[in-house]
Amino acid sequence: MAAELHDAPRLTPGRIAIYALLVLVALYYLAPLYVMLSTSVKTLDQIRSGNLLDLSLHPTLDAWNKAWSTACTGVRCEGLRPYFWNSVAMAVPAVLISSLIGSLNGYVLAHWRFPGHNAVFTALMVGCFIPFQVVILPMARLLGMAELANTTTGLVIVHIIYGIAFTTLFFRNYYVTVPDELVNAARIDGAGFFMIYRRIIFPLSLPIFMVCFIWQFTQIWNDFLFGVVFGGADAQPVTVALNNLVNTSTGVTEYNVNMAAAIIAALPTLAIYMIAGKYFVRGLTAGAVKG
Amino acid sequence: MGALADTWLPRLVLSPTIIASLVFVYGFIGLTAWLSLTESRMMPNFEFAGLVQYERLFEIDRWWVSAANLGLFGGLFIALCLAIGLCMAILLDQRIRHEGALRAIYLYPMALSFIVTGAAWKWILNPGLGLEKLMHDWGFTNFSFDWLVNSDMAIYTVVIAGVWQSSGFVMALFLAGLRSVDDSIIKAAMVDGASLPTIYRRIVIPSLRPVFFSVLLVLSHIAIKSFDLVMALTAGGPGTSSDVPAIFMYQFSFTRGQLGLGAASAMMMLATVLAVLVPLMYLETKGARHGR
Repeated sequence: MAAELHDAPRLTPGRIAIYALLVLVALYYLAPLYVMLSTSVKTLDQIRSGNLLDLSLHPTLDAWNKAWSTACTGVRCEGLRPYFWNSVAMAVPAVLISSLIGSLNGYVLAHWRFPGHNAVFTALMVGCFIPFQVVILPMARLLGMAELANTTTGLVIVHIIYGIAFTTLFFRNYYVTVPDELVNAARIDGAGFFMIYRRIIFPLSLPIFMVCFIWQFTQIWNDFLFGVVFGGADAQPVTVALNNLVNTSTGVTEYNVNMAAAIIAALPTLAIYMIAGKYFVRGLTAGAVKG
Repeated sequence: MGALADTWLPRLVLSPTIIASLVFVYGFIGLTAWLSLTESRMMPNFEFAGLVQYERLFEIDRWWVSAANLGLFGGLFIALCLAIGLCMAILLDQRIRHEGALRAIYLYPMALSFIVTGAAWKWILNPGLGLEKLMHDWGFTNFSFDWLVNSDMAIYTVVIAGVWQSSGFVMALFLAGLRSVDDSIIKAAMVDGASLPTIYRRIVIPSLRPVFFSVLLVLSHIAIKSFDLVMALTAGGPGTSSDVPAIFMYQFSFTRGQLGLGAASAMMMLATVLAVLVPLMYLETKGARHGR
């Protein structure tokens, strides 16, 4: 509502109060980001002598260097770098494959209905709702037996399997808006299943692929449970490494290094949010009205 | 030939997903359920033992602490996110300049992982150097804020960080709902002389019913699954005072070698999700059928 008047309303005391409140809340949301950034360029001495909101007197990137290449996460002291690349190696194939499968599934469910397709769709959607704790014990055993435990390949497979429910939902809900007439006309002209996908459906799919890529990337990059259970020492994603770094109890807590590490772990998804915020929000809202 | 291919090709394309879902979702839930009915400890043991694991689970104080914490955290998290999200959405709906920029600021925490959020708030709430020191520097020398290390209050710090992360998202959903309310009804009410608060209370908010359902669905889901945020912020501590079932399940299964107990606690989590989601989904579809 409230779109009925297009001229800006006059600045009454009430409206000034609204603006003040909105700005105050904006500051509350921004404060942790500011604190993370400013802490990450301080020295430990400055952190001890100053306070949270102080600006750094002599900004330095030492903490960033340390977080990236020498900080200790648990027993290893190689910084976040190897784990960051683990996350990249995990997220990129998992996002691409789960999106492609979701697209084909969505195409079938929207335009090639068969007896019981609704039941199949509902049964698939359960995968969006279950708490993953209820599948991780058998999964850990299966990955162990398949010798995929503690490997990036194992994590990629897990993320694909449990991501398909969402990607199928996204694509199915998008493809039902493609008119049936379009598909039927192509069928009368003799186009087959894959021909119609390639020539009609796929070219229309760019926006939904964007939404799906961003949603999946955010989910997989930010995942912690699968990473900590199935990642082992070698395939640990960056979220697990960050948690180990922050919760290391030995020695002095280096808040500047912790904050630099947190920003490093957050950078890819933050960058996507800033570049493609529109698609990010669509993914969130599509994910919210699932089922 | 082509017609025949068009019958089986779509099913063939869908079948790997169907099989995967049968095995990895339904089959694995079944296996976990079975595991929870055995004596499994370090190694899985598939001999049926009845409800012993559930009996043991219910005798463990730490389980009840976790369950109570989930109730406390979930209730506060959902209530605060709903209240803040709805208020912010209504305020943002008043033809605000730079609405886009404000919206972007409210929403960016949703792009972060809970581990990052936990790390940031762990530093801010840290007694001694964080917020407490800031208030001292500002002259409030009696200010004390030790929730993070206070076993009675630690769970509330999880609420603070969780609300910070998710309330902007709730705001975005409500705002989208507000924008889809039919303008002509509101104009008619205005002509009738209804005040803006009355219009919101009597017309706009009731029409947001489907949005409330979606928001409740998503928030309760986030709350029940919450694992990473607690791990990063308090790791369940001090002691086990901010434990939640997800952490209980992880620790008993993977660090204490109590697979049967872990499975039983996972089944309890599933039961909680079902207990919350099934009535919500039922109400929502019923509401939809009545054209709301």
